[in-house]
Amino acid sequence: MTKSTTNIEHAVTVRNVHKNYGDVQALENMSLDFPRGQLTSLLGPSGCGKTTLLKIIAGLLPATSGEIIVNGTPVTGPGPDRAFVFQDFALLPWASVLRNVAFGLELRGVAKSEREAIAEKYIANVGLAGFENSFPHELSGGMRQRVGLARALSVDAQVLLMDEPFSAVDEQTRRKFQEDLLGLVKNENKTFIFVTHSIEEAVYVSDQIAILLPRPSRVSEIIKPSGFRHKSADHIRRDPEYLDIVDNIWASLRSYVE
Amino acid sequence: MNLFGYRLPGMSSLLLWGALWELVGHLEVTFFLPPLSAIFATLLEIASTKVFIKALADTGYAFFVGTFSAIVIGIPVGILMGKNRLIDEMLLPWVNMFLSAPLTALVPVLMVLFGFGLQAIIITTALFAIWIIVLNARAGVLQINRSLVEMAHSFGASPTDAFFKIYFWAALPEILGGVRIGFIRAVKGVIIGQLLISIVGFGALFELYSANFLMKHFWAVLLVLFSLAFLIAEFLAYLERRVAYYAARRAS
Ligand SMILES: Nc1ncnc2c1ncn2[C@@H]1O[C@H](COP(=O)(O)OP(=O)(O)OP(=O)(O)O)[C@@H](O)[C@H]1O
Ligand SMILES: [Mg+2]
Repeated sequence: MTKSTTNIEHAVTVRNVHKNYGDVQALENMSLDFPRGQLTSLLGPSGCGKTTLLKIIAGLLPATSGEIIVNGTPVTGPGPDRAFVFQDFALLPWASVLRNVAFGLELRGVAKSEREAIAEKYIANVGLAGFENSFPHELSGGMRQRVGLARALSVDAQVLLMDEPFSAVDEQTRRKFQEDLLGLVKNENKTFIFVTHSIEEAVYVSDQIAILLPRPSRVSEIIKPSGFRHKSADHIRRDPEYLDIVDNIWASLRSYVE
Repeated sequence: MNLFGYRLPGMSSLLLWGALWELVGHLEVTFFLPPLSAIFATLLEIASTKVFIKALADTGYAFFVGTFSAIVIGIPVGILMGKNRLIDEMLLPWVNMFLSAPLTALVPVLMVLFGFGLQAIIITTALFAIWIIVLNARAGVLQINRSLVEMAHSFGASPTDAFFKIYFWAALPEILGGVRIGFIRAVKGVIIGQLLISIVGFGALFELYSANFLMKHFWAVLLVLFSLAFLIAEFLAYLERRVAYYAARRAS
C-alpha cells in the first residue's frame, strides 16, 4: 500500500454491507471499523453471519451491496494485504509442513529458496522447528493450526482474518494459543479480525469486541476492554473488569440461546 | 487357503485347476481342450515367430496409445466437470451413457470411420477406458475439502495453479482408481477391437488359428493375453495402495 494510506486509523472498514444467500438474508446493513494494529473479535450466536462477514472481507464472497475498504482501497477479491486462518486448518495433506507454510508464497510466485527460508523462520516462530518435513497427518490438531498460522504470517499481510482458529484444538492448547495471540498482536503490528464463539476468549484477546445479533445480522454493541490489556497473561482472567465484561456480554446474548 | 495346516500362497488353487486341465486334456475328451503342457510347448514355439511378436507389438502399441490418450484427455475433462457446473451438466449425460453403452456395437462404425487398421483399434481402446476415468476424476474433485479451494483462492491462486496444485492432487486417489479400472476396460477394448477388425495383431492370429482348428495355438495366445491383463491390473492395484495412505487422512 502507498504511504498516504498507511496512516489511516482504520485498517479495514465495512460500510453498509448486505449479504443475501438466495432468500436468506445473512447480513443487513452492517457497518464496522477495524482499528489498525489491534485485534477485533466478532462474537455472536451461531448462524449470525460471522463467517460470512469474514469471507466478504477476505474477498472470497461478494457482498450483495455495500463496500469493504482495506487500507483505503475497496475490496474486489482476495489480495496480498489479507491472509486467512481457517477453522479446519486447510492444510495440503500431501505436502510437508515446510511446503504448506510456504504455499502462500509459492502461489505468489516467490522463488523456492527464498520462500523456504521465510517459511523456516515462521515455523520456528510458532514453535514447530524440527517438524519441517512432517506431514499434516503426523501432527496434533494444535500443531496443525500452528502450521496454518505460520502460513498466514509468512505472506506478511497487514490484516489477519481468523475464523474460529482455536475451536478445533483442546482446551489447554487453546489457552496457550490465546496467550501467544496476545504476543502476536503486540509484536507483529498487524490488524487481526478474529471470529469466536467463546465470550471469555473474545474478552481475553480483544482490543475491541463487536457483538452481532442473529440473522439478519447487525452490530448490536461494541465493547473495548482497556483496563487490563497491560496486565500479564495470568492476571487478566482474574481482573474485575474482565469478569464484568464477560458477565455483561453473556447477559445480552443469553436471550438468543435456547 | 489352508491345507494340512499350511498356509498356501494366494494363487495356489490355480495349480489344482491346471492339473485338472492337464488330466482332461490327456483323456482327449474333446479336441477343443488340449493338455496344458502341450499348450505351453506351443507357446514357447510360437513366441519367437515373427507373426507373434508383430501381434504382440501391435497390441501393445494400440493398448498404450489408447489408454494414454484416455488418461490424458479423461483426467482434465473429469476435473473440469467437477469444478464447473455448466461443463458438468453439458457432459455428464454423455459420459454416463457411454459408460454403460455396449461399445462393442460401435466398433463397426469406427471401422468405417477410421479404416480397418490400428487407428480404429486405438480409438476403440480409448473409448473403452476413458469414461470411467472421467467419472472418477470428477468424483475425486467433488469430494474436495472446500476450504482447501478457498485457501488457495485467498492466497491468490490462479485458475491454473488451483488446477495443478489443488484439484489434481486432492483428487489423486480417485483418479488412480479410475485409471486402474480404465486399464482393465482398455484390455477388453484392445482385444474386442482386434477380434472385430480381424486383420491386425492378435485378431489376425485368432482368426488364423481358429479357422484352422489349431487349438493349442489358440489357447497359447489366450493364456498370454489373460496373464498380461492380470499383471497390469495387479500392478495398478499396487500403485493405488501406495497412494491410498493419505486418502484416509485427507480430512485434515
Ligand atoms: N452458502 C450458503 N448458502 C445459503 N445460506 C448460507 C450459506 N452460507 C451461510 N448461509 C446462511 O447464512 C447465515 C450465516 O452463516 P455464517 O456461516 O456466516 O454464520 P456464522 O456466524 O459463521 O455461524 P457459526 O457461528 O455457526 O459458524 C446462516 O444462517 C447460514 O445458514
Ligand atoms: Mg462460522
